[in-house]
Formats: sequence, C-alpha cells, structure tokens
Amino acid sequence: MAVSKPIIISVKDLVKNYGDFQAVKGVSFDVFENEIFGLLGPNGAGKTTSLEIMETLRKKTSGTVLIDGLSVDNDQNAIKKIIGVQLQAAGYYPSLTLLELLNLFSGLYNVEIDKMAMLTKVGLQDKAKSKYKALSGGQKQRFSICTTLINEPKIVFLDEPTTGLDPQARRNLWDLIRDIRNNGTTVVITTHYMDEAENLCDRVAIVESGNIIALDTPDSLIDKLVATGFERKKEVKKANLEDVFLNLTGQEWRDE
Amino acid sequence: MKKYNQFKAMLSISKASFRSITRSPSAVVFSLAFPLIFIIVFGFIGKGGGVYVDVCVKPGSDTQNPIYKALSSNSVINFKKTESEAEMDSDLYKGRTDAILYIQKNNVNGNNFQPPFTINLQTSNASQEKGQILEMIINDIISHMNAAMLTNVPTLAELKTTQVTVHREYKTIDFILPGQLGFSMLSAGVFGTAFVFYNLRSTLVLKRFFATPIRREYIVLGECLSRLVFQLIGATIIIGIGWAVFGFTLVHGFVTIAQMLILSVIGLIIFMGMGFVVSGVAKNESTIPPLANIFTLPQFLLAGTFFPISAFPLWLQPICKILPLTYLNDAMRKVAFEGSSFFNPVVGKDILILFAWGVVVYFVAVKTFKWE
Repeated sequence: MAVSKPIIISVKDLVKNYGDFQAVKGVSFDVFENEIFGLLGPNGAGKTTSLEIMETLRKKTSGTVLIDGLSVDNDQNAIKKIIGVQLQAAGYYPSLTLLELLNLFSGLYNVEIDKMAMLTKVGLQDKAKSKYKALSGGQKQRFSICTTLINEPKIVFLDEPTTGLDPQARRNLWDLIRDIRNNGTTVVITTHYMDEAENLCDRVAIVESGNIIALDTPDSLIDKLVATGFERKKEVKKANLEDVFLNLTGQEWRDE
Repeated sequence: MKKYNQFKAMLSISKASFRSITRSPSAVVFSLAFPLIFIIVFGFIGKGGGVYVDVCVKPGSDTQNPIYKALSSNSVINFKKTESEAEMDSDLYKGRTDAILYIQKNNVNGNNFQPPFTINLQTSNASQEKGQILEMIINDIISHMNAAMLTNVPTLAELKTTQVTVHREYKTIDFILPGQLGFSMLSAGVFGTAFVFYNLRSTLVLKRFFATPIRREYIVLGECLSRLVFQLIGATIIIGIGWAVFGFTLVHGFVTIAQMLILSVIGLIIFMGMGFVVSGVAKNESTIPPLANIFTLPQFLLAGTFFPISAFPLWLQPICKILPLTYLNDAMRKVAFEGSSFFNPVVGKDILILFAWGVVVYFVAVKTFKWE
C-alpha cells in the first residue's frame, strides 16, 4: 500500500548501556499509526530492552523516543494512559478471579469497562470466575492481552506474545492481534519466531546484537533476498507439517 | 480527559490485595489461628494458678494430731500419695516432691517441757522456697495452738490481718491477650509484607503496575492499607473472643477497644517496615523466613509476650528493653487493664519509643526496598 501513514512512534539513535554492556547500540526507526510493527531477532538482541524503554519501564542512556509526540523522559504518565503493555512472563495476584483482576486494572486505569465483553474478545468468557493460577499457559497469555486493551489504548506493546503456545493458540492469537490492529490500534511486538513476523507484521525490523540490520515489509525483505540470486537448499513444498496438523485438528481455541 | 485519580487507583489495589490476603492460608493462620490457639491454651492454664507445696507423708507417721489435721485442710499443702519410703526418698532426691513429713507422737510421761509431738521435715536444695513456705505454715499452726492452750502467757505482739478485694481481678488472659495481639501484628507485619512484596516483585506483578499511571508510592500504600484492614478485623475478633469467652478485662469498654486497635495499627506499621527491609534484602524466597526471623524471634521470646520480662535475668533486660514489641505489649496492657489513656506518662513514653522505632525502621526500609 502506498498510502503514507502518520508516524506514531519515533525512535532516534536510541542507546542503552548496562554498565559496560551495550544492549542497544543506537537504533532508529519509526512506527506508523495502525500498523503491526515487529522487532524480530534472537534472545539477547536488545528487542525487549527497546520495548521496555518505549513502554516507559526502563530509562534510556541516550537518544530520543517519542510516543504519540510525548517524550518518555518527561511525559511518562501521559504515555502510560494511552498505551497497553503485555510483559513476558508476568503474573497477577494468583488467587484472584479474572473478573476481580479486570476490576483491579479498570481501577488502575480509572476507566469503566464491560468485563464480560473484554473476556469474550479473548475467548475467556467461560473462565470469568476462575482464579488466575488455574489457567493454562495459553489462557494466561490471552488474559494478559485482554488487560492491555482495558484503557482503549492507541498503542499496544506485546513482548513475545506467543512463546510457549501450541499451534492453535498461536494462530488464534494472531487473529486477535489483527483484530486489535483493525480496530485502529497500533501494535508493536517483539518475537523470535520467523513465521510470526512473516504472517503477522506489516513491517519488521531485524535486530541483532543491539543494531537494526534491516527494516521493511516481510515481502520486500524476501523479494530483495531472492533478487540477489538466493536459492533455498530444500525443495519448497506447497504445504508444510504445520498446515497438516492444523488441517487435521481444527483451528478453534483449544482449552489446553 | 478526566484527571487521573491516584487515590482511586490505590483503592483498587487495596481491594485486590485484601482479597488475595483473605485467600492466603498462611495469612489467616499467623494472624488469627496461632494467637487464638495460644490464648486458649494459656487461658486454660491460667485458671489453675497458685502456689502448691508437694508433701509426702512417711509411713508410720502420726496422723491423728491437730497439726496434721490443720495441714490437711490447708489449700497450699498437697499431700502426694506415694507407696513406699524408698519411693519417697527417690522423689525427694529427684526433685519430684518438695518435702517429706514425719510426725511422731512422743511418750511424754507427765514431763511438761517435752512437746507431745515432734514434726520431722525433710526438704531438698531444689525446694528451698517451698520448704520455707511449709515451715512457716507449720510454725504458724503451732503458735496458734500454743496461744489457744496457754491463755495467760504474755506475748510481745499480736498480729491482726485484713484482706481487701481488688477492684478488678488480674487474670492470666489479661496478660496473655495483649501479648498475642502484638504477636499477630508482628508476624503479619514482618512475614506477610516480606512475602507479598517479594512475590509481587519477582512475578513482575509490580512491573505491570508500573506500566499504568499509578505512582509507586500509591502501590505500597494500597498494599499496606489492605493489610491494616485485615489485621484490624483479626484484632477485633481476638479481643471479642478474649472478652466473651475468657473474661478479658476492658476497663472502658469500647473506648478501650478503640485504644487497643490504635496501638495495634502503630505496631503493625513498624513491623511492616521491617517486612519491607526483608523483602528488599532477600535474594530468593527461601531466605525470607530466616531473615524475617531475625526480626521476629527475639521479640517473640523477649518482649513479654508470654511472660513478664522481669522473669529474665538482669543481663538480658537491656535487650528486652530495646525491642519495640516490649513497649507495644506494655502499652496494650496498661490501656486494657488499668484503663490508662494515651496521655498517661508511662503509656505516652511507650508510644514515643514506638514512634522512634518507626522512624529508624522506615529510614532503613527506604534505602533497602527494591522495586524490581
């Protein structure tokens, strides 16, 4: 699509050092409004650090980061009001039910919400009265994403949202993320899954050792590689094993 | 856009945290079950109470004389039923009995200077106090009977005794219950707070809160508020059961209850501060109990929770007198039993020392608390 979209996140020359260790070595990128933007790279590449700096959870060493025009140094509270955050492996009060947890977050964001509608959005309406600790891994991830939407944010940050999920849960989560984008929200995700970046993201930044080594749409990146004469070693079939699995077992949410 | 209300956010944390506490078995056990169990146990022990002297009577001892009869009807003397002389001797040497008594009837043969009865009393070095009590009782009996026998003999002095009844009878429960309230605040404050904040931090619940507009201090305040409310409910239950079942003395009724709750709050705030220090210093969850015990065990044992600190030797007294729980227990007892107000100098001093402790504890807590 050639339509030029407004920029909602602007990162310039971002540097983060932990003592002597340079986690982020001066990255720059922009995120357009209403796109799904991915930070793709192996563990330790600096994706989560960059994400946490944008989420105002970590201080940067130098550089500029503007979220919807607000500075992460000076306007933290204003930023927190317009973003939703899903942390990797975060917990909640384990003995509280999902409804009670949603109550907690609606208070934390000072908003009134329709709790059952929110749970239905992520397919957890049947678990409304279950305690958080009784949920499976996939259900906990879905609930996490649910909490990111409570304040109807402009931007949602997801840190490796499908890690540890089985194929059905991953696919369904991707659909959910696309729905969020289609509702007008911008999504920034980090991932180390290539297929996730390829399937889900509108644009991808490939991160390695604190640097961005490529930034484009997945299709462009692939086209550019093929244009250099690259050939895949193995013959590419028209389907793969994951397609076989999903074809056999169905695409619905599964209660693991 | 509506202005963000930190207070409302704080209250939603309090509500969630309160629910979490009530569903945590260890919170209920330490705050409520343990203190109540101790109260019940000590409350029933207290009903016994009193000094007893265990006395064995040697076989062949004369039991028809008036002295023996007077001893039998004395409530302090406890005649132990033992079978043989050998067993009696063994008991005395092992410290299981306080004295062996042998009353012999003498063959007087008209000699007025030889007493009709000789009372042989054998005690041990373990029973010196009780032996002296028994001697005094026996001498008292003898002199009364002498006075009755010899009515015209002049005496140096006569003893007149009167006994008053106290306004309020000081029962064991009056000592135990305030100590148990202090114990409940101590264990909930230190252990409860330490575990909660350590877990909130390590499971990244705290981090998720940081991504919302609530300020960090309000998160802590919200958590503390919920624990305060929970403990106050527990304290009220403890006081209620103490009063209804064991006759705990509440001199000024509801005012006394209110005073005790205020003191509980002051104590709890100090102990929560200690919990913050532990949660910040602990490197992993298994080091929390030993660290917390550094704060709780000395106070548990030495602050007059189960028995007065005067029971401890002199060299231990200074340590007892440093601990905050000592002053909390003291203030609670004065308020409950003597009806002292907070302006009473002794209670006032207790409260000031508690405030001083609070300042010290929170100074350290602020330096050691970790947010992530």
